[in-house]
Amino acid sequence: MRYSGFRVIAEALTGHKGWKPVWRDPDPKPDYDYIIIGGGGHGLATAYYLAKEFGQARIAVLEKGYLGGGNVGRNTTIIRSNYLLDGNEPFYEFSLKLWEGLEQDFNYNAMVSQRGIINLIHTDAQRDAATRRGNAMILHGADARLLSRDEVRQMYPWLNFDNARFPIKGALMQPRGGTVRHDAVAWGYARGADQRGVDLIQNCEVTGMRIENGRIKGVETTRGYIGAKKVGVAVAGSSSKVMAHAGMRLPIESHVLQAFVSEGLKPLIDGVMTFGAGHFYVSQSDKGGLVFGGDIDGYNSYAQRGNLPVIEDVAEGGMALMPAIGRVRLLRTWGGIMDMSMDGSPIIDKTHIEGLYFNGGWCYGGFKATPASGWCFAHLLAKDESHITARAYRFDRFLKGLMIDEKGQGATPNLH
Amino acid sequence: MIIHHPILGPRDAQEFVYLGDASLIDRPDGMTAGVEAFHDYLYQRTNPAGEHQELWYHEQGDRSWLVVTRNTVTHEITKVELARDVARARGRTK
Repeated sequence: MRYSGFRVIAEALTGHKGWKPVWRDPDPKPDYDYIIIGGGGHGLATAYYLAKEFGQARIAVLEKGYLGGGNVGRNTTIIRSNYLLDGNEPFYEFSLKLWEGLEQDFNYNAMVSQRGIINLIHTDAQRDAATRRGNAMILHGADARLLSRDEVRQMYPWLNFDNARFPIKGALMQPRGGTVRHDAVAWGYARGADQRGVDLIQNCEVTGMRIENGRIKGVETTRGYIGAKKVGVAVAGSSSKVMAHAGMRLPIESHVLQAFVSEGLKPLIDGVMTFGAGHFYVSQSDKGGLVFGGDIDGYNSYAQRGNLPVIEDVAEGGMALMPAIGRVRLLRTWGGIMDMSMDGSPIIDKTHIEGLYFNGGWCYGGFKATPASGWCFAHLLAKDESHITARAYRFDRFLKGLMIDEKGQGATPNLH
Repeated sequence: MIIHHPILGPRDAQEFVYLGDASLIDRPDGMTAGVEAFHDYLYQRTNPAGEHQELWYHEQGDRSWLVVTRNTVTHEITKVELARDVARARGRTK
C-alpha cells in the first residue's frame, strides 16, 4: 500500500478499515543469497538499498529481538555532517543528502526536520578550530556558517552567555542539520525492504556461524540453521559478541551511553545545540520534551543501563548552559550500548572470511549515518568493493597507521 | 558503582579513571615483538559480555592502579586487586 494524503482522506471516510500490517512476519527459508544480521536502522537500511538500488534478491534480515529495538530506538535523533577529516566528511555529507530525500524515497513519514545545529564556541582557539572545520565542510559540499555572539544571542537569548568558565563567544552552525523521528526510520526502511521481498525475521538470534575452508556457509540461529552466500553483520553495540562466532576480535569496546528527556515544555529550542565544553547537547522534541545527553559512562558495559554519576554530570552541563531549566523535571533516562572504536570512527569492510562482511564501530554517532551506512554496506555486499565515501572505514587502518581520529585521542575508546 | 579498594576500603567509582581491559598489563617488548603483535596488543579487544578484568586508576585517592573484575552485563564487581600484585603474579618485574 502506498501512503499519501489521498489515502489518509479515503481511509478517514471509510472508517480506517483498509490499513494493513506494514510488514510480513515470515518464517526463515533454508537459505538466502544475503543474510543481514541485525534488524536495526543500519541492517534494515542495508537490506532496503540492497534490494532497491543494487537489484539483489533472496535477502533476509535476522533480528534477535524486535525490529528497531536497539540503538535506532534509543538515540537522540540528530542528523548532521559537521566532520573535519577527509575520511569522514564525504560519507556523512552523503548521508545527509540521503536524509533529505529519504521520505519520498521510501514513502514513509520520518519527520526529517532540518532545524539546524549549532556547536557553541567559548575561546579564540575554539573559533579557529570551528572555522577550519566549517571550511572543510564547505569544501566537501556541505553547508556551514560561523555565528557571532550576537547571532547566537538572537536565537537563544536565555542562554548563560557570561558564564565565568565558558562564556559563549559564537557558534559553528550547520543549517541543514536537524532531527528525525528515529523509530520511523527503522519502520520506513523495514516497510520498504519488506515490499521488495526481503524477509524480516524477528526473535531470531544468531548463535553461531558455519565457516568451511575460510568461507561462510550460513548461520546457526535460535530458529535453526540458515544458509547464505554472503552474511553482513550490522549489530553495533554487540559487534564483539557476534563476530566472536567467527573467531574474530575487533578494535572495539562496548560502552553504555545514556540519554534523557524532560517533561514537555513550551517551545524553547528550535534547533539542536551542542555545548562540547560542558559535555552536553540538547534539542526539543515536537512533543516539547528537552532531549539531551552527554558523555558515555566510560567503562565497558553491555547493560543498556547507566549509573547516576553521569546523570549528575549531564544535568550540571545543562544547568551551566541553561540556568532556566533548573526547575524542569526529568521524565526518563535510558541507556544504549555503543561500539566504541579505537579511533572514534566506524568500520565498513570485508573480513578475512570470504562472504562475511562487517559494519560497526559507530561510537555514539551511528544514527545520523544510517542511510549512508546502509547504502555503503549494500554496495560492499553486492559489488565486493567499498563505496567511494566509505573507503577509509577499513579494518587494517590501525595496522597501517591510517586512523580517522577526529578527536585526536588515540587508542582510548572511552575518550572518543 | 562501589569499588572495594584493597587498601582504602569501599570507594565510589567516581574517584577513579577507567583505562580498559587488564590485558594491557601484558605489553609486548617493543624492541622484539612484531608489528602485528603490537597492533593486536594496542587495538584489538576481546570485549566480553560478562566477567571482565579491567584497569582502574584511583586518581582522586591514593593514585594506585587496580585490576577490577566486574561483570559487564550486571556491573557487579566480584574482585579488586592492586595492579602491581597482578602484574608481578604474571611475571612482570616492574
